[in-house]
Amino acid sequence: MTSTPGSAGPTAAATPPPSERPPRVRRFSRAERWVHRTTAALMLLCVATAAALYVPQIAELVGRRYLVVTVHEWSGLLLPVPFLLGLCSRAFRADLRRLNRFGRHDRTWLRAVGRRDHRPESRPAGKFNAGQKVYSAWIAGAVLVMLATGLLMWFTSLAPLVWRTSATFVHDWLSLAVGIVLFGHIGMALADPESRRGMRTGSVERPWAEREHPLWLKDE
Amino acid sequence: MTTHHPDSEGAPVGRRLVLGMLGLGAAGVVGAPYLQRGLESFLGAASDKDPTGLSGLLPNGGGFRYYSVASSVPRKTEQSYRLTVDGLVDRPATYTLDALRNLPQTRVVRDVQCVTGWRVPDTAFSGVKLSLLLDAAGVRPQGKAIRFTCFDGTYSESLTLPQARRDDVLVCLRMQDKPVSHSHGGPVRLYVAPMYFYKSAKWLSGITVTSDVQPGYWEERGYDVDAWVGRSNGRSDTPTV
Repeated sequence: MTSTPGSAGPTAAATPPPSERPPRVRRFSRAERWVHRTTAALMLLCVATAAALYVPQIAELVGRRYLVVTVHEWSGLLLPVPFLLGLCSRAFRADLRRLNRFGRHDRTWLRAVGRRDHRPESRPAGKFNAGQKVYSAWIAGAVLVMLATGLLMWFTSLAPLVWRTSATFVHDWLSLAVGIVLFGHIGMALADPESRRGMRTGSVERPWAEREHPLWLKDE
Repeated sequence: MTTHHPDSEGAPVGRRLVLGMLGLGAAGVVGAPYLQRGLESFLGAASDKDPTGLSGLLPNGGGFRYYSVASSVPRKTEQSYRLTVDGLVDRPATYTLDALRNLPQTRVVRDVQCVTGWRVPDTAFSGVKLSLLLDAAGVRPQGKAIRFTCFDGTYSESLTLPQARRDDVLVCLRMQDKPVSHSHGGPVRLYVAPMYFYKSAKWLSGITVTSDVQPGYWEERGYDVDAWVGRSNGRSDTPTV
C-alpha cells in the first residue's frame, strides 16, 4: 500500500470525522412505486373511459360505446389488485400502518390548514402528513364504494332494480367527487418536484425531508 | 431514539375514514330514491336557466345522453340521405327526405325511457308511421319481423311485425318539434314509443322485412328483444304508453 499525502497512521484513525450524512433519503421501495404506478395507470384509464361514456362532447368524439364500457369495467375491477399484491411487501405494509395512525401532530397540521398557515414549523408531519393520510383513506374508501356500486350496475342479476338505480346514483355522484379529489392530488404533485422524484426514484433530498416531514427522520 | 415514534402512535383514523366512506356509500344507496328525486327536480330547473350548458355535465342533470356504438358517424344531408325498404316485400322502395316529408305525418308525445335509467318527460316525435311504409311495400305472407339498419355502419335493431304495425312506431323526421339533429340520430331515426329507447335506432337507413326476429346490436349483448318499458330488462319503470 502506497502512502498518500495526508494519510495518517493508526493513531489518527481512532477519532474519525463524523461521516457525511447521505444526501438522499430512501422514501419508497421499488414494490411501493410499482403499486403506485399501476394503480395510477388503472385509475387514469377509469377516468378517461368514464369521461368518454359520460361527457356528451367526448362521447360524440370517441363513440365505440361497447369497447369503452368493457375497458371501464375491467380497469375498475382491477384497480384494487396492485394494492392487494403490495400487501406482500413489508415496506408497503409499514407505510399503511403510518397512514392509518393519526397522532397529536396530525391534528396540529390540520388546524394549520384551517388557518391557512403555511409555515413549516406549524405543520409537523411524520413520513406522511395529515393531508396525505386523509387523502389515502378517503380515496381507498371511495374506490371500494365505486367498486361495489359498479358491480351492482354491471351484474344486473345481483340485486333488484331499485338497488341498481340507487347504485347508479351513488356511482355517478361519487365519480364526480373522486375526479375533483384526484385533480387535487395530481395538482399537489405537480407543485412539488421533489415529492414527485420521491415517487419516481424512491429517494428524496434530506433537506426536503427535514422540511416537509420533520418527524419522519427522527424516527428512523 | 426509539422511544418516540410519531408515526406509529395515535388513533387509527385512517381505518375509521375508510369504514366511514363505506357507510356513506351504503347510506347513499339506501337514500338514493329520495335524494335523486330532489336533485333531479332541482337540476332540471337549473339546467333550464343555465346558458353555459355546464349543468348538463352533472349526473342526472336532465335531458338526453348521447350514445353511439360506432367510432364515428357520417353525416347525411338533404341530398345524400336515403331510406330503403326491402326484404320479403312485393315492392321494395327507396325514399329521399323529401319523399318521406310528403307522406302523412303523425305526431306522438310520450316520455322517453332509457334502459340505463334516465327519463325525459313529454317529448314530441313526428314522422311517418312505419305501418304506412310497410303497407306501401306490401309485406309478403312469410314476412314476420323487421330488421333495422343504420348508416353509422354498426347499429341494428329488430321488431316483430305486430310491434312494427303499432300506431306509435314512427320513422321519425322531427324530434321536440325540430328536425332530428345529427347527435339525436338525424336526419331520420326510428321511434318506438312503448319500448326502451335503444329500440329507437338512430341514423336509420334500412328497413328489411325478415322471416324471423334477428336480434339487434345491444340484444346480441344481453338486452331484451321485446323491450317494453317496465316489463323487460329486469326493470320496473312506469310504462311510457
